[in-house]
Amino acid sequence: MAINPRNRGPLRTLAVLIVIIFGLYGLLAAASSLSDAQRTPKLGLDLEGGTQLILTPKLVGNQTINEGQITKAVDIIRQRVDGSGISEAEVTTQGGSNIVVSLPGTPDKATIASLQKSSALSFRSVLTVGPGAPTPVATPTGTATTTPTGTATSKAKASGSSTPTAKATGTATSGAKSGFPQSLAAATTPPPTAKATAKPGTNPTATPQATITAPATKPQNPSDPAWITADVSAAYTALNCNNPKEVEAIVDDPAKAMVTCSQDGQQKYILGPSEVFGSQVTNATSGQKQNQSGSTGEWEVLLSFNSAGSTAFCNQTSRIVSLPAPRNRSAVVLDNRVITDPVPQTALCAGNASITGSFTGASAKVLADQIKFGALPMSFTRQTQDTISPQLGSDQLRLGLIAGAIGLLLVVLYSLLQYRALGLVTVSSLVIAAAISYALVTLLGWSYGFRLTMAGVTGLIVSIGITADSFIIYFERVRDEVRDGRQLRAAVETGWVRARRTILISDGVNFLAAVVLYALAASNVRGFAFTLMLTTIVDIVVVMMFTHPMLSILAGTKFFGEGHKWSGLDPERLGARTASYAGRGRVTIAAQRAAAQGSQS
Amino acid sequence: MISFSNFGNDLYSGKRSIDFVGRQKLWYAVSALMLVLAAIGLFGRHLNLGLEFRGGSEFRVSSVTNLDNFETRGKNAIGTLHTGSDVVITKINTDTVRVQTEKFDDTQANSAEAALANEFKVGENKISFSTVGASWGASVSQKALTALIWFLILVSLVLAAYFRTWKMSLAALIALAHDLVITVGIYALAGFEVTPASVIGFLTILGYSLYDTVVVFDKVRENTTAAIGSGRMSYSQAANQAVNQTLVRSINTSVVALLPVGSILFIGFFLLGPGTLLDLSLALFIGIAVGTYSSIFIATPVLADLREREPAMQKLKKQAERYQSTKGRQATAAVSIGEPMNGDARIQDTIPVTTGGGTSAAGRPLHPYVQTGPRNQPKRPPKSKR
Repeated sequence: MAINPRNRGPLRTLAVLIVIIFGLYGLLAAASSLSDAQRTPKLGLDLEGGTQLILTPKLVGNQTINEGQITKAVDIIRQRVDGSGISEAEVTTQGGSNIVVSLPGTPDKATIASLQKSSALSFRSVLTVGPGAPTPVATPTGTATTTPTGTATSKAKASGSSTPTAKATGTATSGAKSGFPQSLAAATTPPPTAKATAKPGTNPTATPQATITAPATKPQNPSDPAWITADVSAAYTALNCNNPKEVEAIVDDPAKAMVTCSQDGQQKYILGPSEVFGSQVTNATSGQKQNQSGSTGEWEVLLSFNSAGSTAFCNQTSRIVSLPAPRNRSAVVLDNRVITDPVPQTALCAGNASITGSFTGASAKVLADQIKFGALPMSFTRQTQDTISPQLGSDQLRLGLIAGAIGLLLVVLYSLLQYRALGLVTVSSLVIAAAISYALVTLLGWSYGFRLTMAGVTGLIVSIGITADSFIIYFERVRDEVRDGRQLRAAVETGWVRARRTILISDGVNFLAAVVLYALAASNVRGFAFTLMLTTIVDIVVVMMFTHPMLSILAGTKFFGEGHKWSGLDPERLGARTASYAGRGRVTIAAQRAAAQGSQS
Repeated sequence: MISFSNFGNDLYSGKRSIDFVGRQKLWYAVSALMLVLAAIGLFGRHLNLGLEFRGGSEFRVSSVTNLDNFETRGKNAIGTLHTGSDVVITKINTDTVRVQTEKFDDTQANSAEAALANEFKVGENKISFSTVGASWGASVSQKALTALIWFLILVSLVLAAYFRTWKMSLAALIALAHDLVITVGIYALAGFEVTPASVIGFLTILGYSLYDTVVVFDKVRENTTAAIGSGRMSYSQAANQAVNQTLVRSINTSVVALLPVGSILFIGFFLLGPGTLLDLSLALFIGIAVGTYSSIFIATPVLADLREREPAMQKLKKQAERYQSTKGRQATAAVSIGEPMNGDARIQDTIPVTTGGGTSAAGRPLHPYVQTGPRNQPKRPPKSKR
């Protein structure tokens, strides 16, 4: 069958649309068979059941919190959640300072409490290091015997460890000796702030799971191997760093020795009691090391302490600097994990320190943020907690879908009543819009973790009306043109040109509203704004690529083109007032004929 | 429906014209009354703020089989834990009891859950618990206010750029403010609970109210541009014609937008009980209805009033009056010129299509072309001058 040349353009557009839809569904099918994508949209907590907590950092005094610290806080909370053995939890930030934790099911109170607790940063002296997995080997009894040889001044780190080394900065005694440029020390040394009084940053609620008893013989100093009691070494042997639950259960008592893991779980440690606390660290920054000739290209993390911290750090470093490895290391512990354990090169007494090693710009920044986060002893207050039982969630979803179905049915009935056969175009356009929206929501759930909440479902239902509105604008425009006496094909084209402008601006305004809502709205209602945004775009796509081409093709059919009574575009019914040529030298004047009929009846 | 479609035709042709613009004082009075009522509601009764704004805890006990005396039973169950007086116990849906209390901590909440489960004979997994800090709602409102300001700034810029006149932007924003105040006022008067979801609903109204107004203004712009070009209609007349011509469209779009929202409202109200769904849809339903009213009755008259003050528009008005008085019989577009303020406010049949002299000697109706007389033929200069 030959294609009417006038239909070629519209048909091409329709073909593109079909390709897009098939593409979306193909992608969906591929994603669900090759990857772990679901075939249905991911549901939010309020539909699936579960608990959502919104936590806000509790800041002391006039502390402020920056974006890096919040990101760090999210990481730490994620670690805590994983540590509590909950799978499929989601931790996200919201509105700059809120942290949203979504958990399936109902977590027990202890889990919630552990999420809220404040972070604890401390500097401890390393007593023993070993590989992260449990060692069936004999317990390390002594220190000098088991530790590898190494001199305190040696720059070489303990072999095999990726630990960065710490260098002295700026102390009058060590600056020149370590070959560290004086100028840097001056430039990077912020004056020690002496406002914070030195007090232990945290005093964890001691629920002694791994009971670490006080050592029998009183240790001389925090690096004394006498801290390693039988209990400690037993705990050390048993500890498996690859089990996050075990690591989470570690108790961080600042007054006692501690058994813990490195952050990556590769190594485990026995550490002496805390010597420097997070509250005593005033700042941590990352940057490239400078010397007289400029940047050396080597990344470093710069720390500064307040006066109490400075004294404590000075004591620690001057004591351990001469000890054999690994006891010459100062471990930085954040939330039970050792984030770094540099070897001080000299005693560091100037109130600041620089950690260098095999850093990249990014890893230096991560470490600096971690230390800074720990330096802000931040606990979290619970803003809201919502628990939805799975049954309530599925009820809500079912009723929501029923509401949507009723709404859709009503819209379909109304448009059939108003627009007769033209209403069918509305119906099919709505079906196409629904199909595209479904695929998009499902795909977004897979790729970006978008979850459909009740608010999102509401947004989708509301959008039925808004999508149908643009068809109405279009159809009414075409009708106006028919009333002006245009032939249908011409009416469709001119009507489209004018309607398109209106549709674009009004959808644009709607989209703008949705974007502003999305960008600024807090709480779970964000899903509403998002679906509104999505469906506005879908609406424009459908009206441009389906409704208009469809109507152009239909205008060429006998049924619509000649204005059948049920087509919804009957010129006579629409009261077209201008004469239209009826052949054989006659003209039809619809309005007059209607008037004549009216007077007869 | 035939009558409705005829109604549309008549509005389009001008056979029927509703004087929206000319009677602006009436509409302004109606709106002023509504605004005063809204203000009374807001300041006299205050808004019924939800739990999220007050702070507190909420329990929902679902699948309750025996709902007799649920209020006293709930109070008794909670009573041992809660000394304050503000326990609010409501029944939602057919089988769910909602208990709102002051803020409970975790241990209190645990025992309250146990007590409720025991009292209503349901498993503890049937009870959902939520607690909200009082600052939560405040931070939501704060964000909403920021969103509102941003939206207003952006949208007035977009509209001013699109319509090329700030007056349309201003008129649209006046209609918008009108919608928002009335909607919030209705909330206050009726005592509907305001939750963060309702606040988001209010913000969505902004988008929708403008949507409607923009559709009308688009036609107003088209008609007035033509009027300014031809000088046959004043700005107000052209604007009024535009409102009439888009009336059917406005009604249809509003009905179609209200239908799904209404069905959510219905389901939410009768089956689901208070929640995001109900709060959002209620705010939207009221807002869309008010928005439709304002885009027809407020936005366009305000715009016409604003534009009519311009000297150029005054000139146009005089020109149009001159034209219409001399060629009055041709004014088939019949835009109810300077209608008096009395009489039926809504619909007036104006000059029919063919007035006196519309029939030939034989009594047959004449085609409009014939009535206007012969068209001027192009003049051709004589051969000598070509």
